[in-house]
Amino acid sequence: MNGIITNAETTTMQFHVLAVDDSVIDRKLIERLLKTSSYQVTVVDSGVKALEYLGLVDDEIANTNTDSNPISTIKNHHEVEVNLIITDYCMPGINGYDLLRKIKESTTLKNIPVVIMSSENIPSRINNCLEQGAEEFFLKPVKQSDVNKLKPHLMRGKGKENQPNFVVNKRKPMAECLSPDRIRTKYNYI
Amino acid sequence: MATVGQLQKQFVDFSTSLYREFIQLQKLQDESNPDFVFEVVSLFFEDSEKLLNNLAIALQQQVVDFKQVDAHVHQFKGSSSSIGAHRVKNMCVAFRNFCEEKNLDGCLRCLQQINHEYCLVKNKLENVFRLERQILEAGGTIPLIA
Repeated sequence: MNGIITNAETTTMQFHVLAVDDSVIDRKLIERLLKTSSYQVTVVDSGVKALEYLGLVDDEIANTNTDSNPISTIKNHHEVEVNLIITDYCMPGINGYDLLRKIKESTTLKNIPVVIMSSENIPSRINNCLEQGAEEFFLKPVKQSDVNKLKPHLMRGKGKENQPNFVVNKRKPMAECLSPDRIRTKYNYI
Repeated sequence: MATVGQLQKQFVDFSTSLYREFIQLQKLQDESNPDFVFEVVSLFFEDSEKLLNNLAIALQQQVVDFKQVDAHVHQFKGSSSSIGAHRVKNMCVAFRNFCEEKNLDGCLRCLQQINHEYCLVKNKLENVFRLERQILEAGGTIPLIA
């Protein structure tokens, strides 16, 4: 395998989405919406747990954690491939914006597309998130049509390095490998 | 004794009066997740009753922590909005304004009204489930709502 992704591979690939929300109802809803689109879904209830899951934990985060179990401050080396992160904005502890920032500041995670959800329509909030690198901003309650917008971001994200153990030199970004004809055919599948 | 047709009409009326969010929930239900709406609504009832209880306690304190009260109301606003309980959600908006003003009387009045609106929506949702059961028992099918 030399890094070229064929059409057959892109359409049968399963994408893994990490959803973050402190509301039990919204977690259930987003999980169902994502599964309806045939995505593999992991749901966590806080920004701290999301960062733990992604293998990015440092002293600052450990100090804001209110769980009784202490978090290890050693980076988590188990293989977790996440293709997209969708997070609520308003959460106690680390909010969605902070989570977004930490992901974009991380060399290992910055290429994972991040989407923010919020029940409040505040233009400055939306702009700040988009400027910080969020791909989309969904107003709650999130609908199926919103979730349908995730596909292009997932397709783009799949070709980039997002694992610490990945060998950097051997795989080129998808656009460089595929001919223009192949790229056009691929996007017709969306 | 209501006919299947009458039961179905009642079902549609109740469902549509709960706004499109509830209808969206029904669309997410299918053979692989046949109890999805019931599960979400049950979570909503549990969550809401806990929030209403916490709100009552918070507002009874000697020194009321309006930030904490606001946090509860914000949560309630979110969950009621996701379910399609618009009247509850609108009351939450008013409630948050009183929290910002640190207006205890206003908050207490809102809490009373929210309790009332919540009871109404709970009743409505329970009716929807009851109608579903009755329709199926009478051999009818649950109407699909556009």
